[in-house]
Amino acid sequence: MTAQSWGLLALFLALALLCVKPFGLYMANVMEGVPVWPVRVGGALERLIYRLCGVDPAVETGWKRYAVALLVFNVLGALLLYALQRLQFYLPLNPQHLPGPPPNSAFNTALSFVTNTNWQSYTPETTMSYLTQMAGLTVQNFLSAATGIVVAVALIRGLARHSAKTIGNFWVDLTRVTLYVLLPIAALIAVALVSQGVIQNFSPNRTVSLLQPVTYQQQKVNAAGNPVTNAAGKPVMQTVTTDEQTLPMGPVASQEAIKELGTNGGGFFNANSAHPYENPDALTNLIEVLAIILIPAALTYTFGHMVGDTRQGWAVLAAMIILFVPLYALCNHSEQLGNPRLTALGVNQTASSLQSGGNMEGKEVRFGIAGSTLFGTLATTTSTGAANSMYDSYMPLGGMVTLFDMMLGEVVFGGVGAGLYSMLIFAIVGVFIAGLMIGRTPEYLGKKIESFEMKMSSIAILVTPILVLVGTAVAVSVSAGQAGPLNPGAHGFSEILYAFTSAANNNGSAFAGISADTRFYNIALGLVIWIGRYWPIIAVLAIAGSLAAKKRVPVSVGTMPTYGPTFIALLIGTVLLVGVLNFIPALALGPIVEHLMLWSR
Amino acid sequence: MTELPGAIFDAAAPRTRRAEALEGPGKSILRPAIVLLLLMTVLTGIIYPLVITGIAQVLFPAQAGGSVITRGGKPIGSRLIGQPFSSAGYFWSRPSASTPQPYNGLDSTGSNLGPLNPALIQAVKARIAALRAADPGNTAPIPVDLVTASASGLDPDISLAAAYYQAGRIARARHLSLATVRGLIAAHAHHPWLGLLGEPRVNVLELNLALDAVKPPAAVK
Repeated sequence: MTAQSWGLLALFLALALLCVKPFGLYMANVMEGVPVWPVRVGGALERLIYRLCGVDPAVETGWKRYAVALLVFNVLGALLLYALQRLQFYLPLNPQHLPGPPPNSAFNTALSFVTNTNWQSYTPETTMSYLTQMAGLTVQNFLSAATGIVVAVALIRGLARHSAKTIGNFWVDLTRVTLYVLLPIAALIAVALVSQGVIQNFSPNRTVSLLQPVTYQQQKVNAAGNPVTNAAGKPVMQTVTTDEQTLPMGPVASQEAIKELGTNGGGFFNANSAHPYENPDALTNLIEVLAIILIPAALTYTFGHMVGDTRQGWAVLAAMIILFVPLYALCNHSEQLGNPRLTALGVNQTASSLQSGGNMEGKEVRFGIAGSTLFGTLATTTSTGAANSMYDSYMPLGGMVTLFDMMLGEVVFGGVGAGLYSMLIFAIVGVFIAGLMIGRTPEYLGKKIESFEMKMSSIAILVTPILVLVGTAVAVSVSAGQAGPLNPGAHGFSEILYAFTSAANNNGSAFAGISADTRFYNIALGLVIWIGRYWPIIAVLAIAGSLAAKKRVPVSVGTMPTYGPTFIALLIGTVLLVGVLNFIPALALGPIVEHLMLWSR
Repeated sequence: MTELPGAIFDAAAPRTRRAEALEGPGKSILRPAIVLLLLMTVLTGIIYPLVITGIAQVLFPAQAGGSVITRGGKPIGSRLIGQPFSSAGYFWSRPSASTPQPYNGLDSTGSNLGPLNPALIQAVKARIAALRAADPGNTAPIPVDLVTASASGLDPDISLAAAYYQAGRIARARHLSLATVRGLIAAHAHHPWLGLLGEPRVNVLELNLALDAVKPPAAVK
């Protein structure tokens, strides 16, 4: 690793840590209804929303009703997004007159965006109208993020309260998160991004001249606009010269901001955050990685504050950072080493003051190795799924890190809300294991962890590995699944494994060579995405309800403290144990084999 | 052993709330779900992007419109979107995986070829051959970004190493001194801020426009 790579990591972590306490406290105040100033400013709008919805904000509900409200709201969101895509041709703000995507693609996209996954099997530039992008996809960027956060808040309340029947009001929580947390911060980020070159307009695509005309081959089309093939079925090619370039346009910055802030990750363009109009330079790259980590990191402080002991939150955050740094270091090191097969051809991959060097296939010069791997490691550990480089072209170990990041269950910061609630589930499992070892009834924050909590925790933790492994097994066994990969051999297997890992963990990034816009992958991954999101959420809300109802056990000399280094080590150990046991065999078939093939002989 | 102070816990305990009597049937969930979804669609999907567009168009109109560069009043490209070059007298951009033509603005994509894929090795070999053929005397190792496809297919930059590698060829094709060409590269070079943020790079379109300004393209052929 270069000094720059360490320096960038230090700068990033320092800036992120500076935000944790103030922003975490702010979110706690918002969720507890403390009238901080944005809440006072937005109060009238908030009350109007409740009146129109027929909601009494003073009334809270138990976990079951909270879960039903959440599910109904998300199902309706998916239906609306599906309809918006299918009908976009007939709706305004479609200057390129794009037709609606086919049903299986629209189905996949709707589920994917409502669940905060943002897996994209379509090419955005040539598929989605501006209206679909903003009134459909941007909206779900907000609402799926808000959904994750309110589930985390409900679980925190379950831990903080005792002998209580309720865990909150879903409508109030969702409205508050959107109005006071997501909207204002997204607006600030969006304006900052525009100032550096991220586009924001409603113009049709713009045509400019090329400095030097370009000549290329393309398939001939007949008068009806259909591609022409010869008698043997091969495409008939023709040579074309053009002196023009078409620049894509659209309201990008507003979506880019919430895409990162809400750990969504769905790109306005196909190349996602590698596209110069989404992420034009190193400064916007830094803004975007900070936007990604802001809420997941700060929520740990929100948690500590709401349970009345901020050390609890810092311990969880420490575990996340300790897991993150080596993942980044391995990924960065692997990419900086470069590709030995290219070195053999006389290619210079050595870092110097004139170039970043390293494996630059699928990376942008302005991000180099440091900016690419920081973004890549963070986007895959936070379930963001955005990408400023192509993970499919990473070296085997670098690519394995992005894959393993997701396999850890998206708890190293994790998605907004989802990262914290999943990590707290690991904490519950951790204290259970520790309790077994020392022969005491496990407790977490004064709550006895009993069989109901353990059953629900097991469901929450095991559903994703099952979806990943069964999904991958099915895909590699049927011809529709085998047709997907671009790359031959072990790397092709990795592409399929990555797709199901990304879907089940609601990440949304891809080893993007895979051709996933097929009926098989759209439907299979759509279902995996849906189950991988709501099954754990229901289990988490059930735990929240159960914990809220419990009495608090007084602290005694036998109580294991859940802050300190012992607990941090226990938490990290639990996360690694589950991740490694579930996935090492699968990784051995993909990136590990590929690594051995590359460096042997 | 530090005691968890019970008093602090109690502060976070529920204040007086009207615990809802309904776990069973009760007020509709459908109405708030539908109304809230529509309100949020208007707020985050219509009002928010429109407000941001308004602010962007007032404060940063050039950036919001795509950072388009004009020459002689004619839009000649975007500072942020790369263009393909193949003549000996221009700096070449990075290989682009977009189709059917390189640097197709409507097909932003990387190659997605894995590091072991024979297709990647073949492609790199062909790119090396093309660079060597255009500059036979140059036996220096080729900077990696010049023979590998970018992530977006639209990368506007090359590394400084890739620019200096091409300087000799440009100088000969344009009948300029090597020092002039190297001076242009240095004048357009971007260096990492504090050695941390950013990479050593140069914008290819801007550099080529500067070349044309020194010696118009008509004089090159």
